[in-house]
Amino acid sequence: MGFTLFYLSVLVLVPIAGLFLRVFQLSWPEFWKLATTDRALAAYQLTFGASLVAAFINAIFGTLLAWVLVRYEFPGRRLIDALVDFPFALPTAVAGLTLANLFAANGWLGQFLVPLGIKGAFTPLGVVIALTFVGMPFVVRTLQPVLEHLDRDMEEAAATLGAGRLRTFVSVIAPTLLPPVMTGFALAFARAIGEYGSVVFISGNIPKKTEIAPYLIVIRLEEYDYLGAMALAVVLLVISFALLVAINVLEQWANRFSR
Amino acid sequence: MSIELKNVTKQFGSVPAVNDVTFGVGDGQLVALLGPSGCGKTTVLRMISGLETPTGGDIFVRGKRVNDVPVQKRNIGFVFQGYALFKSMSVADNIAFGLKIKRWPKADRDARVAELITLLGLKDLERRYPHQLSGGQRQRVALARALAPKPDVLLLDEPFAAVDAKIRQDLREMLVNLHHELKVTTIFVTHDQEEAMEVSNRIVIFDKGRLAQIGTPREVYEEPASEFVARFVGVMNVLDCEVRDGMARFGELEFPTHGVADGQRLRVGFRPYAVQVSNELTAYRHRALLRHTYFLGVLLRLELELPSGLIIRARMSKEEYARLNLSEGREVSMQIRQYRVLAREGESLPPEVSVTHSLALSPGEGI
Amino acid sequence: MAAIPQRKFAAGQRKSQRGTEESPFVKWTLIAVALLFSLVFLLLPLVNVFAQAFAKGFTVYWEALHHPDTVSAIRLTLLVTVICVPINVLFGLAAAWAITKFDFRGKSLLITLIDLPFSVSPVVAGLMFVVLFGLQGYFGDWLDRNDVKIIFAVPGIVLATLFVTFPFVARELIPIMQAAGSDQEQSALTLGANGWQTFWYVTLPSVKMGLLYGTILCIARCVGEFGAVSVVSGHITGQTDTIPLHVEKLYNEYHGAAAFAVASILAMGALLTLGLKTWLEWREAKMEEGHQPSADSHQLSGAESNVADG
Repeated sequence: MGFTLFYLSVLVLVPIAGLFLRVFQLSWPEFWKLATTDRALAAYQLTFGASLVAAFINAIFGTLLAWVLVRYEFPGRRLIDALVDFPFALPTAVAGLTLANLFAANGWLGQFLVPLGIKGAFTPLGVVIALTFVGMPFVVRTLQPVLEHLDRDMEEAAATLGAGRLRTFVSVIAPTLLPPVMTGFALAFARAIGEYGSVVFISGNIPKKTEIAPYLIVIRLEEYDYLGAMALAVVLLVISFALLVAINVLEQWANRFSR
Repeated sequence: MSIELKNVTKQFGSVPAVNDVTFGVGDGQLVALLGPSGCGKTTVLRMISGLETPTGGDIFVRGKRVNDVPVQKRNIGFVFQGYALFKSMSVADNIAFGLKIKRWPKADRDARVAELITLLGLKDLERRYPHQLSGGQRQRVALARALAPKPDVLLLDEPFAAVDAKIRQDLREMLVNLHHELKVTTIFVTHDQEEAMEVSNRIVIFDKGRLAQIGTPREVYEEPASEFVARFVGVMNVLDCEVRDGMARFGELEFPTHGVADGQRLRVGFRPYAVQVSNELTAYRHRALLRHTYFLGVLLRLELELPSGLIIRARMSKEEYARLNLSEGREVSMQIRQYRVLAREGESLPPEVSVTHSLALSPGEGI
Repeated sequence: MAAIPQRKFAAGQRKSQRGTEESPFVKWTLIAVALLFSLVFLLLPLVNVFAQAFAKGFTVYWEALHHPDTVSAIRLTLLVTVICVPINVLFGLAAAWAITKFDFRGKSLLITLIDLPFSVSPVVAGLMFVVLFGLQGYFGDWLDRNDVKIIFAVPGIVLATLFVTFPFVARELIPIMQAAGSDQEQSALTLGANGWQTFWYVTLPSVKMGLLYGTILCIARCVGEFGAVSVVSGHITGQTDTIPLHVEKLYNEYHGAAAFAVASILAMGALLTLGLKTWLEWREAKMEEGHQPSADSHQLSGAESNVADG
């Protein structure tokens, strides 16, 4: 017990407190100036925009993937089921490396996509691709157990009352799936906002165009602009905390119908 | 006939769950499908509902073959074992669901929901969600939901299995009353013979996917068609006898037989109510010791020990027990008024029956 | 009751059911879309790593792996892993134990705190340690005077790695321990076991699988951590480069094939992690099957039921 608290405070609380204390030494206008430079604003915009898009893609395709994996039997199902965790297991640097290569003009996918005008490497789209990759397991893995334990009886009951498949899905299944999908969405979104390794390879990090907020923090550090880096970090931290709270609230809401 | 099954078979993979079943249910009947776990009764119910498709045979509803009619179009009401209420809908919305699907106008819908709420005693619960209800309340909502669209047939899968004993009794009575009032053809599945006896006016008994017997509760109890039915419905004393001098014998007991050769083995069964007991030691042929008395309400079960050590179960009313001035440890006399030959040598017996059998035979054991 | 064994068969058979299944067209369309999505986002990235690693031939691959800088990166990564994993396993056990066995105020806060490193950007995590121990940091002056190097040295890498990997074990264990409840422990105590024996003989074996799984995840993240380590390492080739950092450096210096060669080690690690995870899940599923109670336990109830003999 004591050990737990001690370890936790040394490793987590002290560093966070240190960061905040440092930033609180700044006056509000100073902080505001550092945290909202044009370059920073562009970076926030890209980070949140791309994260949101990636989380949406994951919500849609993750739901589909979870549904297909739980409900249908088809060749390769087990392989894909095992591979869903691959983005968790693969170091982000490797993910960025291979995705950048896949979507580059001479890559396996890029050679078909680039002539069509779909450029993955060094564009905001590339950022979305990388963030979709790293966030993919969240929706699938939060939804899968819920789908597995979903009461088939409920669907059959709807059928005996005359409801067709689509109607059953919309009014009986979807309300049950919505909370876990939203939790998965929020988790993927939170992860995407902080993501660094996979993005820096594919985005090209062009200031105000494809530069994400975490990368800008690294740049500020390399310029020895510690305060600038910290101001940005505090913005990201506050958002992370807010998301963490949101996820917890979501999970409680998701459980409201059980028991 | 409201519902008819003809040579219906259902295979899951290579496993036959239902094997060549034929029976019919008349309009307005209340029928129980009875049998032990895994005997195929639930599968039969699901095939009638359309949730399962038979692999062989035909199902008719009002003379029309419905094998290819999807479940949505069969106009049935189905109550699931776990109720399967829609968790994200209130009680009223659950009941109204089928009406919405059938596009009832809002006013009619509201009126019908209100009617069912009253009928099933769900007043003041309309706005609740399923997780805020007790087991008995959930069951009643499930019933109301199934009845709302005025189904041709009401199907119930183990409807009372998940509630505790006291509420189960109330729900049974409610089902009987409802059926009396609405006259809707009702089929329910149960593994509880007592429940089948009490609620239904006809019982269909299944054994390993096959139809074992169909009849009124009295018929299946008093004239069981097979040893399985005899054992499954009610309590029975079972003895493996050997035939000597024209009598099937076990210990000091003998049962007259007709045209069975000496040396053959017979399995004989008799119900506890067929055992007559007297406090006069000379009244009947056999002497016995009253070892135990079990109080089961109005009825008592007696455990009699014959001099050879054989234990026999008998039954009598409380009044009779008092009139004869009986008590545990007393000597009595007894005789068996009625018995049945359950099986002859050479007929194979189902293994699970053999287990009860040895229990009944070993002295000093069991009820 | 009766329905349970039947339903098991039914699951495989339902496909032919009208009314409770999607039409084959809908079903196969959904499967096709899911397969395409997994192909682009799962299978291709994986295969591509190995394809690119061997694109310039086996010799280039072999040399890239044998380059002294690569070897030193591997060595550093292993060192960091060997330090961090045992510490965090121990912490994970202690935290899960404290959370599930005791009731105290602020418990939910503690759980949230344990989750925190998951939601903090790794770059921010690294930065926090720079703020503490860097030259301009709180302890920077003191450390400099005493000639202790944390930032841009191995201790910084270890600290950053500890931070990002510490929730894994606890997160796996807490739900398992909560589900197991304390019945088993209490019965062990009534049998005269002391606290330590109870932990060793009862608690630990029952959470073995979760512990193993958490440890595997923890190792995988230790080896693969990039953002946090990148901020504190200082990128000194041959000294403070871990494998992922080395991959980035090779990539930026246009040694594409070499970068992929080194990356292929990490990808193999990831595959190994997945393999172990799948194996663990398979084992758990098998064990659960073995524990299913027999459905026939009430076979005799009909014959023994005693009210209806009338």
